[in-house]
Amino acid sequence: MGEPGTKDLLSLEELEASVAMRTGRKHTLSILVENKPGVLTRIAGLFARRGFNIDTLTVGPTDDDRISRITLTLDGAVHPIDQVTKQLHKLVNVLKIRDLDPQDTVARELALFKVAVDGVQRAEVMQICEIFRGKVVDVTKRSLTIEVTGTTDKIEAFERMVRPFGLVEMMRTGEIAIARGRGET
Amino acid sequence: MRAVDAVMECLKAEGVEVVFGYPGGANLPTYDAFVDAGIRHVLVRHEQGGGHAAEGYARATGKVGVALGTSGPGATNLVTAITDAMMDSTPVVFLTGQVRTELLGTDGFQEADILGITMPIVKHSFLIQHPNEIPRAIHEAFHIARTGRPGPVVVDIPTDLSRADIDYQPVTDVRLPGYQPTREGNQKQIRQAAKALASARRPVIYAGGGVISANASEELIALVRSDRFPVTCTLMGLGAYPAPDPQWLGMLGMHGTRTANYAIDEADLVCCVGARFDDRVTGKLSEFAPRAKFIHIDVDPAEISKNVPAHIPIVGDAKQVLTKLVAEYRALEPDPSRLEEWWQRIDAWRERHPLRYEDSADREIKPQFMIEALYEATGGDAIITSDVGQHQMWAAQYYHFKRPRQWINSGGLGTMGFGLPAAIGAQVGRPDETVVCISGDGSFQMNVQELATCANEGIPVKVFIMNNGYLGMVRQWQELFWDRRYSHVDMGGYPDFVKLAEAYGCTGLRFEDKTTLVDDMKAALATEGPVIVDVRVTQEENVFPMIAPGAPARDMVG
Ligand SMILES: Cc1ncc(C[n+]2csc(CCOP(=O)(O)OP(=O)(O)O)c2C)c(N)n1
Repeated sequence: MGEPGTKDLLSLEELEASVAMRTGRKHTLSILVENKPGVLTRIAGLFARRGFNIDTLTVGPTDDDRISRITLTLDGAVHPIDQVTKQLHKLVNVLKIRDLDPQDTVARELALFKVAVDGVQRAEVMQICEIFRGKVVDVTKRSLTIEVTGTTDKIEAFERMVRPFGLVEMMRTGEIAIARGRGET
Repeated sequence: MRAVDAVMECLKAEGVEVVFGYPGGANLPTYDAFVDAGIRHVLVRHEQGGGHAAEGYARATGKVGVALGTSGPGATNLVTAITDAMMDSTPVVFLTGQVRTELLGTDGFQEADILGITMPIVKHSFLIQHPNEIPRAIHEAFHIARTGRPGPVVVDIPTDLSRADIDYQPVTDVRLPGYQPTREGNQKQIRQAAKALASARRPVIYAGGGVISANASEELIALVRSDRFPVTCTLMGLGAYPAPDPQWLGMLGMHGTRTANYAIDEADLVCCVGARFDDRVTGKLSEFAPRAKFIHIDVDPAEISKNVPAHIPIVGDAKQVLTKLVAEYRALEPDPSRLEEWWQRIDAWRERHPLRYEDSADREIKPQFMIEALYEATGGDAIITSDVGQHQMWAAQYYHFKRPRQWINSGGLGTMGFGLPAAIGAQVGRPDETVVCISGDGSFQMNVQELATCANEGIPVKVFIMNNGYLGMVRQWQELFWDRRYSHVDMGGYPDFVKLAEAYGCTGLRFEDKTTLVDDMKAALATEGPVIVDVRVTQEENVFPMIAPGAPARDMVG
């Protein structure tokens, strides 16, 4: 009989730990919820209470007006994702959760950038805008407002490019994501 | 029909026998409906008491308890009971009145956002927005409260909606697409668990309150006895396995037995059923059962691998899973002799470390003796409810519970003031049983107003106050961990519990002599109606053994 301190483990071949593992990558959760009073509060409250940090969150209607879709992203290096999804599943108004595989997902974000520009810089910024397939949506003598859609990476790259010119403000929607292929997300 | 009358119909359809409540402006329609409804209503003296009574009822009977309060302060008074029910997975439906819909959001008189306030502490909640929704919401509330992992559900009904006329059609189904608790348990996983149990040399079965919620005690006993498995229960699980039994190791955790805690510490396999690896059980988490693999059976998937990673997770109803597990295990025909060495070790601990205390040499009543005397006086058969503190731990240690639903305490939240109202609920639900509340001189004062409920309704609970003159458990921590710098734990000798009992129309007694205690208790138990006994015990006795908070189980003291 082992004394305290000795490791004498059970040998059972198929014992596999289903540990609450941290995956180390970004996760995009696509959640279908019933449009019931307080549903967003329930989700936000759950995250706050359990100490889960949401990176981005978007909410919008679906083709069924009784149901909304919430897309949220969080960091799998910080949070045990299976614990997050299990807790979400306990909410009665949550119908379905998909932890989207980045490989099989198209994810997009929309951002608006207001950049301070004068004469010379204007052309330069517009050039960058073109490279990023952005769209100028408002112009004044001293500013340009540009709309960019794309992946988070692309939007962050654009931000890095225009920031030196003087970024007055920036707004981002957070990601929405849809599964590739014919199947439903 | 008025929506409130439909509410009554729904309650009857759900088999509700009794509601614990308190009226006010926003639930006047409901109270009007009670006049003709033919459902028993127990008027408590504080909504918190009503909430705990509904919990006590639910825990004693296995049915869903119902508590009622008005809007605003009535609803906020329910908050502690709702949290308590959430922490201990107790099925209770809380019906709250709400201000008229036109006043919602305007800080109207007695408006409180009870849905918002209770969101983190409910299994689910409904805010009624249309009177036609009411019947369905009530049934769905009961369904959610009782199924899966049970818990509290709040239904908040604005007063104008409850008066509205609706076309009531009995509801026979629930439509909850987002709520489908798993019941069966994965057969492959169950087989794995059986194999693990069959090859384990130092297994321990660790059972919690979930076994009781699932009415799975018989199945637990079958598993334990399908071999010579050692078994321990959490504070919430006491009674799930009969305590006077050779395979029983005693309670697990902070004030559990050394035997149970050492066995877990050295186990190679821990089979956890309906428990959640709470910090009061594990002590230092990283050193909890350091050599063990874990089988974790729970109806709530979120509990699995939350605190301790499970090697064999099984999501399902304990009753169903255990039934299958026993069958799978028996089929393997494991060799019971492999456990012999393990039992030798366990028996040695048992011999060396029984629960013990130093009895007084004179007539002084030691608190542990008080519980032993109560065990004797009740033949070990009473339903025991408890408050929170030292008396609770001694009750858990020395009243050897033999059946499920015999021990009703506030485990997860540790709510002082739980005991008396819970006893009321238990007694109402089980009128033929002896229901005893073990309380402390501190805790008892937290819902003492419910004595009036007992007197009024003729609810014959017997309360034994373990009166040590202190907030004993806090005093113990100050003694052990804060250099005996006592700060605000002396109760100052008030009130006179005998006079207080009498003022409330109950019988009040005081016991101070150990030598006659058992007979005195028997006499108190035989007294008709509610009886409150002030039992004077040793003032500065400590609960041992003990795992200091955050310490590993191996380092138990005392
Ligand atoms: C509502 C509430 N407030 C405070 C506490 C903290 N607390 C835990 S045990 C305890 C002392 C209880 O004293 P008493 O009821 O006299 O029981 P004893 O420990 O003396 O047996 C206190 C204050 C609590 N558990 N619940």
